[in-house]
Amino acid sequence: MLLIQCPYCGVERPELEFSCRGEAHIARPADPSATTDEQWAEYLYLRTNPKGVIAERWRHIHGCGRFFNALRDTVSDKFLMVYKAGEPKPDPAQFSKEAGR
Amino acid sequence: MKHYSFLELAKNAFSAHQNWGRQWRAPEPKAEYDIVIVGAGGHGLGTAYYLAKEHGLRNIAVLEKGWLGGGNTGRNTTIIRSNYLWEESAALYNHSVKLWDGLSQDLNYNVMYSARGVMMLAHTVHDIQVFKRHVHANRLAGVQNEWLTPEEAKEYCPPLNISKNIRYPVVGAALQRVGGTARHDAVAWGYARAADDLGVDIIQNCAVTGIRRAADGSVEGVDTAKGFIKAKKVGVVAAGHTSVLMEMAGIRMPLESNPLQALVSEPVKPAFPCVVMSNTIHAYISQSDKGELVIGAGTDQFVSYSQTGGIHITNHTIDAICELFPMFRRMRMLRNWGGIVDVTPDRSPIIAKTPVPGLFVNCGWGTGGFKATPGSAHVFAHTIAKDEPHPIAAPFSLERFRTGRLIDEAAAAAVAH
Amino acid sequence: MSQPFRIEKGGRIDRAASLSFTFDGERLSGHAGDTLASALLANGIHLVGRSFKYHRPRGILTAGSEEPNALVGICRKGDQTPNLRATQVEVYEGLETVSQNRFPSRGFDVGAVNDLLSPLFPAGFYYKTFMWPKAFWDRVYEPVIRAAAGLGNPPKNPDHDTYGNLYAHCDVLVIGSGPAGLAAALAAADSGARVILCDEQAEFGGSLLTETAATIDGTAPAQWVADTLEKLSANGNVTLLPRTTAFGYFAQNFVALAQRITDHVSEPDPRLPRERLWQVRAREVVIAAGAIERPMVFPENDRPGIMLAEAGRTYLNRYGVKVGHNVLVATACDTAWQAAFDLADHGVTIAAIADVRENPPEALQSIAKARGIRVEKGCVVTGTTGRKRISAALLGRLRGNGVAAAGEVACDALLMSGGWTPTVSLYSQSRGKVVWNESLGTFVPGQSVQNERSAGACLGIYGLNAALEDGYAAGENAAKAAIGRSGTVSRAQAHGADAGEGGILGALPHDRDPSKVKAFVDYQNDVTAKDVKLAVREGMHSIEHIKRYTTTGMATDQGRLSNLNALDIASKALDKPVTDVGLTTFRQPYTPTTFGIFANISRGDFFDPVRKTPSHDFVAGQDAAFEDVGQWKRAWYLPKDGEDMHQAVARECETVRKSAGLFDASTLGKIEVVGPDAAEFLERMYTNPWKKLAPGRCRYGLLLNDAGFIIDDGVVGRLAEDRFHVTTTTGGAAHVFATMEDYLQTEWPDLDVWITSITEQYAVCAVQGPKARDIIAPFVEGIDLSADAFPHMSVGSGTFCGVPCRLFRISFTGELGFEVNVPRRHGKMVWDKLAKAVAEQEGVIYGTETMHVLRADKGYIIVGQETDGTVTPDDVGMNWAIGKNKADFVGKRGLARPDLVAGGRKQLVGLLTKDPKVVLEEGAQVTKLANPPAGTPAEGHVTSAYHSPAMGRSIALALVKDGRRLTGETLNIPMPNGAIPVEVVEPFFYDKEGARLNG
Repeated sequence: MLLIQCPYCGVERPELEFSCRGEAHIARPADPSATTDEQWAEYLYLRTNPKGVIAERWRHIHGCGRFFNALRDTVSDKFLMVYKAGEPKPDPAQFSKEAGR
Repeated sequence: MKHYSFLELAKNAFSAHQNWGRQWRAPEPKAEYDIVIVGAGGHGLGTAYYLAKEHGLRNIAVLEKGWLGGGNTGRNTTIIRSNYLWEESAALYNHSVKLWDGLSQDLNYNVMYSARGVMMLAHTVHDIQVFKRHVHANRLAGVQNEWLTPEEAKEYCPPLNISKNIRYPVVGAALQRVGGTARHDAVAWGYARAADDLGVDIIQNCAVTGIRRAADGSVEGVDTAKGFIKAKKVGVVAAGHTSVLMEMAGIRMPLESNPLQALVSEPVKPAFPCVVMSNTIHAYISQSDKGELVIGAGTDQFVSYSQTGGIHITNHTIDAICELFPMFRRMRMLRNWGGIVDVTPDRSPIIAKTPVPGLFVNCGWGTGGFKATPGSAHVFAHTIAKDEPHPIAAPFSLERFRTGRLIDEAAAAAVAH
Repeated sequence: MSQPFRIEKGGRIDRAASLSFTFDGERLSGHAGDTLASALLANGIHLVGRSFKYHRPRGILTAGSEEPNALVGICRKGDQTPNLRATQVEVYEGLETVSQNRFPSRGFDVGAVNDLLSPLFPAGFYYKTFMWPKAFWDRVYEPVIRAAAGLGNPPKNPDHDTYGNLYAHCDVLVIGSGPAGLAAALAAADSGARVILCDEQAEFGGSLLTETAATIDGTAPAQWVADTLEKLSANGNVTLLPRTTAFGYFAQNFVALAQRITDHVSEPDPRLPRERLWQVRAREVVIAAGAIERPMVFPENDRPGIMLAEAGRTYLNRYGVKVGHNVLVATACDTAWQAAFDLADHGVTIAAIADVRENPPEALQSIAKARGIRVEKGCVVTGTTGRKRISAALLGRLRGNGVAAAGEVACDALLMSGGWTPTVSLYSQSRGKVVWNESLGTFVPGQSVQNERSAGACLGIYGLNAALEDGYAAGENAAKAAIGRSGTVSRAQAHGADAGEGGILGALPHDRDPSKVKAFVDYQNDVTAKDVKLAVREGMHSIEHIKRYTTTGMATDQGRLSNLNALDIASKALDKPVTDVGLTTFRQPYTPTTFGIFANISRGDFFDPVRKTPSHDFVAGQDAAFEDVGQWKRAWYLPKDGEDMHQAVARECETVRKSAGLFDASTLGKIEVVGPDAAEFLERMYTNPWKKLAPGRCRYGLLLNDAGFIIDDGVVGRLAEDRFHVTTTTGGAAHVFATMEDYLQTEWPDLDVWITSITEQYAVCAVQGPKARDIIAPFVEGIDLSADAFPHMSVGSGTFCGVPCRLFRISFTGELGFEVNVPRRHGKMVWDKLAKAVAEQEGVIYGTETMHVLRADKGYIIVGQETDGTVTPDDVGMNWAIGKNKADFVGKRGLARPDLVAGGRKQLVGLLTKDPKVVLEEGAQVTKLANPPAGTPAEGHVTSAYHSPAMGRSIALALVKDGRRLTGETLNIPMPNGAIPVEVVEPFFYDKEGARLNG
């Protein structure tokens, strides 16, 4: 069971309070009608699924209810940082070094 | 290859088993192959075997970053069944069940396919509707599956608790008698031995680090821990690591890799006659020939390559097992482990050509790939050899995510009211 | 009831407390403080069971949790718990135990024929045979194999014991209470850290409880243990957990402990759980798990009476039991010599000390000489005799690469030591990588990956004083890391019990016929050195392949005893250094762990929360049948006077259409959407247009996912310009709310909207039927109920029975209908009043089944029944619900994908059986032909099918390929007993004009 820091509540809480909502920074196209079928499929389904640092969305569903993002190493499951929704994506490469890969 | 039989075993007993040959070689890679399969699990080794056996190809290598059969093939709970809802799925899994039936003889390796029956429990009115839909659809598709009352279910599996007083009482079950289990390691080893005998090079400890493409975009070969290996065609069969490998060829996949846990109890004398699954309360259980209760747990909610999952996932599974089989509370967990399963948006696999000419992919089996091993390997070999999808594989294309023609087994069992 | 092998005095047992127990029905005695193993040995019993594959007689090998042979069943309350280790089972008055894997008895076991046939059963033999005839595998071979395999008998009856669960946090968790663990706990506690100290044994102290040849600060080690525990107990920051095994080490220093609470008690307090799971989040962990002794792999090394040397010493010093009268000690290291000396000092004859080494330390040799013990150097055991107990051992002298016979030594016990193996299981579980230590000849923990440090023998630091020193340092460092400070506890000094030298791996050389003898590597799984070599010969070159092919290391000790020996044998066969062969992974649990502690209180109603509606007790009192929908219990139907379901539902349906019915709709999801952008938000979420919906009006809303498929539906009422009351399906409530939050927070944070789940805040009573208005009117204030003022699809706020109410005029039955939403706390009161009023109007209380029939009359879909996640609005004829002028909504783009606009999609239709009495089966398939050949793709399937009292016949809804074009045509429903012909009709049956619901 992971221990997760909620950047809104400022506390660490067990994973049971959270819901993981998949890869972060996949924005819904502003004008969906202007997208091709390929682009729509990419938005809906294609994922980086990295072995290493992932930027992913979490929701503190049984806490404050807010969505936030996290960088996590998918090999060690270690959290490298958490940040609020809307904040820019940190450079995962920078954290890859920290994660030792 | 020395033929395996009781007679051969008896003969070798006189020479103290000193004369058994290798089941497979440990070759160094050649500079070039017609076909390179990446991933020596059951699906990959099987693909190589059928390429050699049915398509007459010989210049084939299977590359494995660790030891053959060491991924999900050697980590799953070995359930075999084909009672899937959609015609496309039923065709694929039934193709597999037919191959399971003669696999030991075909490979001359006892894979211990045991048709002890797979019973899927219904706990709600909605479950009944869904399972009956399966039973009817399966009958039409020629796939054996039948509906049981709770009492009939108990007769088939005496330890089952059909009391009305449990939280989600058993209200019926769908039974596939031809479903069952097999010995997972033997499947990998049997395919490895048979493929090796047909000249396939199985190269272990040989991680693929890159997929090279020629100027025209087609696949040229793979970079590996043992150097560059040229190949006319490359088939990626790497389960949880598929995204990582396909990224080397510049292809993003509709996949997420999640931890999936399983566990076994200490071995006991025969206590459980069949396989029981409950999708509603998440319990999957059978007993191995060795006597261990083999129990499947759920997936964690996040992407991970750690091969470990959270204890709360295990707890939840054992809750369900003890609710359905209250005598097993006193049993003890012997070993708990995790695999990495690659999950597609519609929970159906991808057995397909890719946008890169010469590059093929077989992935997305999620939590249920073992049962499909022979069928998957068989149709994937055809797809690679002919450079066009086997009719059974055709619906399992990458294209379906663009068109929306999903084969959604998960949605078919969806709950809402 | 004498205990012939109990020494006169000494040991930690309570000689005043004599206890009676049974083993295989034989009544025996022991003392408080005994384990079953020590008590059996005191009674001279070595043979305790049979091995897994060859059914060879086996005795007690160890004194710890790694015991591979002495697994027994414990009988209590008429049932049996299998596979418990005699070395861990504590004796209590009346304990009943049985041996395992033998028939008919442990002395005479017919399964032992396997041992004679063993030449046919090398590793992996089953992969090579049993393939002919094909059908024999599951019918003949497999059942025989299964019956022979397994260890103990499974429990037969439901377990009535309870189990506990506890979450705990601490600064420092210390695992193991030997010298290093106790020192670490002392140092950490002295620093002010909150400490949990756990040990799998009943008593704290580990090896210190056995050690009599050393002193700590001038006192006996056992005394130092007592003093130390007194200090720790007095510290309020310290939690002491004996009988508690740390079995799992998970990410982020999450450690799972299993505490055994009542198994050792003769009459357990029924209020106590049998075991308890501790889920500990520790800032720092000190692993002080110690080391275990390695067996020596020589021919016939498995006879009863053959035991690890330190185990023999433990039985003597801790339990006051001598393992034999005439004991041979075979060793490759120094520590076993002390066992010989201790036994000799208690009058046991030491037949010889046979040391593999040519030059054991002079100091030991002179002590042996002083006691008159025969010492054989450069000497190995090459075989043993004795059927159910060792009677003699063959010795061999090492000569270069060979062995020369060196005679036979009679003995009734053989103590062996191949050296020591640090217990790295938990470190390994913490994902640390072990490293090879050449001088120790074993793997030790490498770098820490988590906030963890190993201390003492499990780190390869042997010798009492060194272990204490290391423990103190680990405790201080852990405290410093956890709480930023460390104290300066006074460090005890030990003398004696220094680290010995020596140790050996792998199979020992011998002069016997290799084809005829077995030298066991993994005792429990009956894996021999030959098996490991065979696996390598057959091409199994990875240690994981060797493990799986031979099953070495897969027994209940998980290879703790066997891994290093197997690895060495494999590495020699492969001609590769052990470091290149590698070790298999250690997995949780460290020792087998009871399922009950994982499930703990989760049974019956505690398995999953039960959600009940306000009417629950009322309808339960009327013998309602309930169905589970998600976590809710919903009334399914309410039979009267012996009615069956069909009769009850028919009556309920008829009564609703004739007068009125009352239905508890509280389970529907309810979401309040509030804010200036509320309409805009719904506009984006739902397919329908919302901006022009007037306050006081309702609209049916359809929710898709962005792939374009229906995921939910429900009525949405606009209470005010900026306030909507959204309803969802019962099962979809949580998901819809989460989805709305997702879009609102992450895609459209610019919208000024708040959404709140109010499912639990409102109770909902649906009153449906021609008399609905008459029934509710007396209770309503503040809302004009007339048809003109409050037409179908209206919503208003007022009071109901004097409590605030949101009243909806909506219908899921096709009748005049109202849904009364009142604060949940008034739900029961309102329900009771309505129930009375409905009864007075000769109405009925109805359940979900009637609700389903009535809505099917009208062709209203149920999400999850007519839809299955692959269905679009057009498929179910609901294009009318799509706002045509909206630029976007969730699912709009998805709907335009090629397959969703292609021809040949399955469409919702009605089906009428030619025979009106025949009710189709839901889920049945639809085909064109009456007798389609196997493999024919279906045209579709029946989604809903009922007997409709209103129509006086059966009705059905179905999804059929191009179904709308087939209206009027005949299709077939193939069933096992023949096809049922049906006519395709429009998907609604009753009051198509809607006159009734507008009444």
